[in-house]
Amino acid sequence: MAEPSILKNHRSEAQIYIERVSIGAMVVALLFGLLLARVGYLQFVRYDAFVTRSDENRMQLVANAPSRGLIFDSEGNILAENLPARQLVMIPEQVRSVDDSLDALKKVLAIDASTEERIRTALKRRTKRFEAVTLMYNLTNEEVARFEANRMWLPGFAVRAELLRHYPEGALTAHAVGSVRMINSEDQRLIDPSAYVGTNHIGKLGVERFYEDALLGGVGFDQVEVNAKGRVMKVVSRQAPRRGDDLMLYLNTRLQRAADQAMGDRRGAVVAIEPASGGVLALLSKPSYDPNPFMTGLTHEAFDALTGSIDVPLFNRALQGQYEPGSTLKPFIGLVGLMSGHITTDGVIDDPGWFRLEGETRLYRDWNWTKSDSGGHGHVHIQKALYRSCNVYFYDLAHRMGIDLLASQLRPFGFGQNLSVDLPEAKRGLLPDQEWKQASRGESWRPGDTINLGIGQGDMLVTPLQMAQAVATLANRGKFRPAVMVKDRVRDNGSMGQFDELNRIPDWAWETIIGGMKKVVHRGNQRFGENGTAWAYIGRDIPYTMAGKSGTAQVVGISQGEVYDEDLIDERLRKHAWFIAFAPVVDPSIAVAVLLENGGGGSENAAPVARAIIDAYLMDIEPSLQAADPSSLLQAAR
Amino acid sequence: MSQEYERQMSADWGSPKRRGQIWRTLRLDPTLLAIIAVIASFGLVVLYSAGDQNQALLEAQAWRLGLGLCIMIIVAQFPPHFFMRLGPWVYLVGLVSLLLIYPFGYEVNGSRRWLRIPGLFQFQPSELMKLCLPIALAWYLHERSLPPKPRHVLVSLTLLAIPCGLIVTQPDLGTSIIIAGSGVLVLLLAGLSWRWVAWSSLALMASAPALWFLIKDYQRARILTLFDPERDPLGSGWNIIQSTIAIGSGGLSGKGLLKGTQSHLEFLPESSTDFIIAVLAEELGFMGVLFLLGCYALLIMRGLVVSINAQDTFGRLVSGSITFTLAIYVFVNIGMVSGILPVVGVPLPLVSYGGTSILTLFVGFGLLMSVHSHRRIML
Repeated sequence: MAEPSILKNHRSEAQIYIERVSIGAMVVALLFGLLLARVGYLQFVRYDAFVTRSDENRMQLVANAPSRGLIFDSEGNILAENLPARQLVMIPEQVRSVDDSLDALKKVLAIDASTEERIRTALKRRTKRFEAVTLMYNLTNEEVARFEANRMWLPGFAVRAELLRHYPEGALTAHAVGSVRMINSEDQRLIDPSAYVGTNHIGKLGVERFYEDALLGGVGFDQVEVNAKGRVMKVVSRQAPRRGDDLMLYLNTRLQRAADQAMGDRRGAVVAIEPASGGVLALLSKPSYDPNPFMTGLTHEAFDALTGSIDVPLFNRALQGQYEPGSTLKPFIGLVGLMSGHITTDGVIDDPGWFRLEGETRLYRDWNWTKSDSGGHGHVHIQKALYRSCNVYFYDLAHRMGIDLLASQLRPFGFGQNLSVDLPEAKRGLLPDQEWKQASRGESWRPGDTINLGIGQGDMLVTPLQMAQAVATLANRGKFRPAVMVKDRVRDNGSMGQFDELNRIPDWAWETIIGGMKKVVHRGNQRFGENGTAWAYIGRDIPYTMAGKSGTAQVVGISQGEVYDEDLIDERLRKHAWFIAFAPVVDPSIAVAVLLENGGGGSENAAPVARAIIDAYLMDIEPSLQAADPSSLLQAAR
Repeated sequence: MSQEYERQMSADWGSPKRRGQIWRTLRLDPTLLAIIAVIASFGLVVLYSAGDQNQALLEAQAWRLGLGLCIMIIVAQFPPHFFMRLGPWVYLVGLVSLLLIYPFGYEVNGSRRWLRIPGLFQFQPSELMKLCLPIALAWYLHERSLPPKPRHVLVSLTLLAIPCGLIVTQPDLGTSIIIAGSGVLVLLLAGLSWRWVAWSSLALMASAPALWFLIKDYQRARILTLFDPERDPLGSGWNIIQSTIAIGSGGLSGKGLLKGTQSHLEFLPESSTDFIIAVLAEELGFMGVLFLLGCYALLIMRGLVVSINAQDTFGRLVSGSITFTLAIYVFVNIGMVSGILPVVGVPLPLVSYGGTSILTLFVGFGLLMSVHSHRRIML
């Protein structure tokens, strides 16, 4: 052992050491006290907060999305169902690098740019650890097989099953049933997120939208204990999801298909209503679109093709198309005239082919007026004014009634408002009056405006749905039944207070008007200029009684000032063709409004469509109607 | 000697005095051993829960503790001056192995800390340095009169700076700081003048802003996380958030052994190694933490008693440094898990699962025992 080479004062060194150790011991005591204080703070002061957080950590509510209610047509055919589909999901915590993983995935599955873009937004939207992000919906069998075969290279990805909305009738019922869409960021702000956990879609249109709450059902929750990797360790409690309610529509798929076939490739809309209930039997807007691809997200190209089309297939003409009613308004004006005493059943006017206001030079012409012939319908009473669609009669009537009476008495038929029960997207149309013109144009109402309104021209706009509802009211002889899609879900669908005015119209007035409409279809084999306007097209062989009225609406202008090519301009400036009808005349079971965009004359073009639809419906109820004996048919239809 | 021997012979086996003789023969301090045994057993119980009742894990740890105990006993048999003479050479070996890392070391997680002797074993030279440096400094200062003169302080600081500098470049800032700490401790215990302490503290504080730019991004992130763990709750803040939740939800008496949800559901990271105190706090609550801290306090007190009673400067400095370093480990570990210190990889002595650190620890205990049992004047 080496002795210290220098002198050391052992005593003082020991003294220093003891001093230093004492200081050190105090510091250690202080530090340990600090630790105890910190742990004590966490365990006593913050105890409740941390117990809560510890429970929040491990207890998770796993949402079980309810299965959305089904939608059936009146005969129990399915219109909207849920099909199992497989989706590809990724759990970002389980992949090393999102970019590398996506590159690896691209080698296995075809991923286009828009899918990749969606994947990246989905990744940003995520809020929870180990929450799966859906990358691709509705995988095909081949895609699933390709994925499974390469699964070992793709950690963090998985295929999961979910239910996807499917519309078996596709384009046929798209505008009638509406559809769901993927929940977007805007929806996210509006919905109650807790009701949509585990649900990717929300009713966006039509019945799917209006009855969203009922169809959605209730989310079920499993309270589970999970570990930090999100794996469920045990189920603590379970609350089963509540299935969405099924809905049954008045819609009749076969009638809908008949309407579709009758329309062919033409643009336009058909609405058929059961007069007794107001139930919508058919609701068609052409051209239509297949809603199914929307469930999983359309490609940009497909979406642009739909929205960019000049035919606007996404546009629901039946509910939102607003057109001049044209001559289809005449029966309603006639009714008001009869009720208010401005005309009588037998009252006759002399039609020279034109109408002129006293003191003015402008001629309001009849449709058959020609320069060479003095034209006109000669002596015209109300029924003839209907079956010959005499303009001058209604010019005169409207002029004598005045706009105030006309507007107030047309409103109860549902014009200028959306009275439907469950079609909130339907437009209100426009029933012009003095106030409206002053407010919207800053001009006062002129007598000429009233005269134009007499034949359904000028500013008035109606939707096919409104027209069908109004003609159903005619069929009911004044009992207004608001249009309704879904059976058995509706508050009292009886007549409401504002329709008392319809009840004041006497029975004979209804029968006069309906008689005139019946002649539109059935009055035939007369001399020139005496047949019903539609007889030649649909009345010759009709095996039941039908009341109808044709109409022709002027095309006001080209929408939105878009520039179309020359050939199309001509076609698209042609008049719209209307036909409204109900059958049988006594105890009617169906009322129909048909509109053909740029379809030309109403009787010639729209009436056969209405006839085909009513044929399909009545012969469906009673197949023997195909026998061509009108009297027996009438009996059967009752 | 002979008198003593006679006393031994005449003494009754089993009497307190007789038992003291046995311990002295074994050159062990029964008090120190008892405290170590209590902490280690308690640690095994906590590890049993933290390791999800993994038998193999528990056995490995028990074997390691047993091996540590053997090493401690062996170390205790040599007198302190044996280690003092070894001091400079061990220090040199430590330095050389640190240097050998440059050509031969292999990388784990982006840092070169390990040296492998092919076919034999692998070790961390920095772990070796944890003991070599205090021994070497104690050896150096033992020969000088105390308190150390400035010149001696500078030499000591140089001895300290070389290994620490090498370790920083591995990079392993945490270990480097701890080794530097244990070296500075030796100087402080040797009576380093307070003026030095004051000036260097000031210098350190002044250079803090510069250090902020020198340290690496992940280190900066750890410091930022300390002040605001919710800054990145799923990333760098995860560990500390989950460990404070574990501790806080334990309350006074805890959720019960094996019933901690934070650890058993894997929310708590490193639950059987660095973060094991959170398991203890969650399952046994404040009582458990208090008990363990109490044991550590006793251990430290006993270590200080040993060092005060040491017979020379070397024994004092080595035992004092070992004891205070242990206290620092405990403070840094619990401090980081409970969220008052940034996260650095420091295990909880005798409790955390892990190899090298336990062996180093027991070599240290062996040195304490050696200092205690090789006093020439026996009481």
